[in-house]
Amino acid sequence: MSKQIDIKDLDIFYGDFRAVDGVQMQIKPRSVTAFIGPSGCGKSTVLRTLNRMHEVIPGASVSGEVLMDGNDIYGAGVDPVNVRREVGMVFQRANPFPTMSIKENVLAGVRLNNRRLSKSEADDLTERALRGANLWNEVKDRLNLPGSGLSGGQQQRLCIARAIAVEPEVLLMDEPCSALDPISTLAIEDLINDLKDKYTVVIVTHNMQQAARVSDKTAFFNIAGTGKPGKLIEFNETSTIFSNPDKEETENYISGRFG
Amino acid sequence: MTTTHTTTEAAVSKPPKLTSKQLPKATPWIVAIASILVAILISFIAFGGFNIPVVAVLAGLINAIAVFAVSAAYEGRRKAVDRIATTVVTSTFILACVPLISLLWLTASKGGAAISGDLLTRTMLGMKGVLDQQYVAGEVTLAGGFYHAIVGTVLITAAACIISIPIGVLTAIYLVEYSNKNRLGKAITFLVDVMTGIPSIVAGLFAFALFSTIANVLMPGSAGIAKTGFTAAVALSVLMIPIVVRNTEEILRLVPMDLREASYALGVPKWKTIVKIVLPTSVSGILSGVTIAIARVIGETAPIMVTAGFAKTLNWNLFSGWMSTLPTFIYDSQLRPVSPGAAALASSERAWAAALVLVALVMVLNLLARIIAKVLAPKAGR
Ligand SMILES: Nc1ncnc2c1ncn2[C@@H]1O[C@H](COP(=O)(O)OP(=O)(O)OP(=O)(O)O)[C@@H](O)[C@H]1O
Ligand SMILES: [Mg+2]
Repeated sequence: MSKQIDIKDLDIFYGDFRAVDGVQMQIKPRSVTAFIGPSGCGKSTVLRTLNRMHEVIPGASVSGEVLMDGNDIYGAGVDPVNVRREVGMVFQRANPFPTMSIKENVLAGVRLNNRRLSKSEADDLTERALRGANLWNEVKDRLNLPGSGLSGGQQQRLCIARAIAVEPEVLLMDEPCSALDPISTLAIEDLINDLKDKYTVVIVTHNMQQAARVSDKTAFFNIAGTGKPGKLIEFNETSTIFSNPDKEETENYISGRFG
Repeated sequence: MTTTHTTTEAAVSKPPKLTSKQLPKATPWIVAIASILVAILISFIAFGGFNIPVVAVLAGLINAIAVFAVSAAYEGRRKAVDRIATTVVTSTFILACVPLISLLWLTASKGGAAISGDLLTRTMLGMKGVLDQQYVAGEVTLAGGFYHAIVGTVLITAAACIISIPIGVLTAIYLVEYSNKNRLGKAITFLVDVMTGIPSIVAGLFAFALFSTIANVLMPGSAGIAKTGFTAAVALSVLMIPIVVRNTEEILRLVPMDLREASYALGVPKWKTIVKIVLPTSVSGILSGVTIAIARVIGETAPIMVTAGFAKTLNWNLFSGWMSTLPTFIYDSQLRPVSPGAAALASSERAWAAALVLVALVMVLNLLARIIAKVLAPKAGR
């Protein structure tokens, strides 16, 4: 399981607006990569191109290559639905399905993809995914209650459980902790540490300590000004980025001296 | 240290003024009742008797002035203006309720007096003027009935729903999920807007023209057989589809993009996301919109008259023969009573009873819409 991702010369557009320019990056399997950078520099945009979620927005387009174990996911004849089955995603805002119970939420991906599950298989998978997302103990007595009745942090972990229940190869997380308290944040960071044994994880975060704690490699994006495209400034080992980065721009951002 | 001390002292010596004089809670009610009493008094003195419209208008005016005066004198100008605004809003609300309540009251009292189980289960089969004359003379009970019209209403409305709900809902799904504001989407939106404004009689004429042309082509000279319940259902669909499209479109746009993206991110195809995520999330809103559309067309008279004619007897067949609905029955009874002259009263009573049934049907539908919305709405509670 888990795949290597090679991003080659990726330009990303919203209509005519070039949001991100010339990204080059190689993400190793079974590693955690953090995207950091100021607001609006295109972190979410890059992340969303990795599972072809970018094109859901009307007018959005991409040029360049994203290779997953050597296969271009933007190649001719590639079905985005198949890509998304391999590359799961957790969003910034928790978004459990409001019509479904906790258990149904966890099983949604599997069920909606036409896989029939026996009752015991379903129970097993629910428990496994919820344990994986560090949520099992809190919800095991109320699996049949609506998922939207959980607290914000629990909902976010429910979404993580839902994403890992379909057993993707890669897991993308867009600021998964931005709405969470320190304890839930810690739970999710622990979870990311566990997930890296099985998955390739890419996480966007505004919290530098978090990037330093959870990631193996860090990508720093920056933007020259409004209306200009975002660029990948530096992609390096996390320890290097946070101790002595190659670029001065990175150093300034990390140390809080901006611009 | 000293500074802190001084500050505290200053605060104690000059407490902030947060309270102000306020009239007791019951004041507006007392003023209102007093105004009504004064208005009644004036009505007796100036008009020599109790006159509801005069009392209502006078009471409203006196109340407004009195509230302002009392409040301004005691509470100050700002509160007085606030109170007068409240009074105006409340009075307007009561004014808006007057026609509504009096309509319901009239229908309930007139219809309630006339209605009976027999009226609900009999048709106008074999109805003669003499029966009504005997009824008005007090010799027999009210004859006839509108069972056929109830059946006609239910059948025609149901057929209209079967036609317009799928078309309306699917169109809305196309507009919201697939059109991306393309040319076709814009054209559909424009047409739907135009359709919303079509007078209902025109919809009826359209449906009749359509089916009589078809009948004429198939069997020359037989345009008349196009007057059927089904033609009426098509006419109602023309009125219903734009309402269903509009309501459904609005509800679908309320479904957060987040949910669709969450589903896509699990590798769920678009059509399945719509069927399994978007529609279940919005089903309560869609259904209550549909119910409102039904309530809107169930009372249509003109399009039924020109498409289904007036039947006096029971007809279960939507595809052949004339049919009556409750509105056309009411219209027909008032316009062409079975017996002319004084005995026309009997027809009028049947019409009121039918009106009561119609209003009750509409109210039940609205209630149903609310219940559906409650039961199917996504649950948020823990
Ligand atoms: N749906 C969209 N349509 C048009 N432009 C967009 C859209 N989403 C983002 N953009 C633009 O793309 C650029 C990058 O946005 P993006 O959301 O990727 O930033 P980000 O780095 O994730 O910022 P944040 O840290 O605030 O989440 C911004 O200039 C933004 O205005
Ligand atoms: Mg973002």
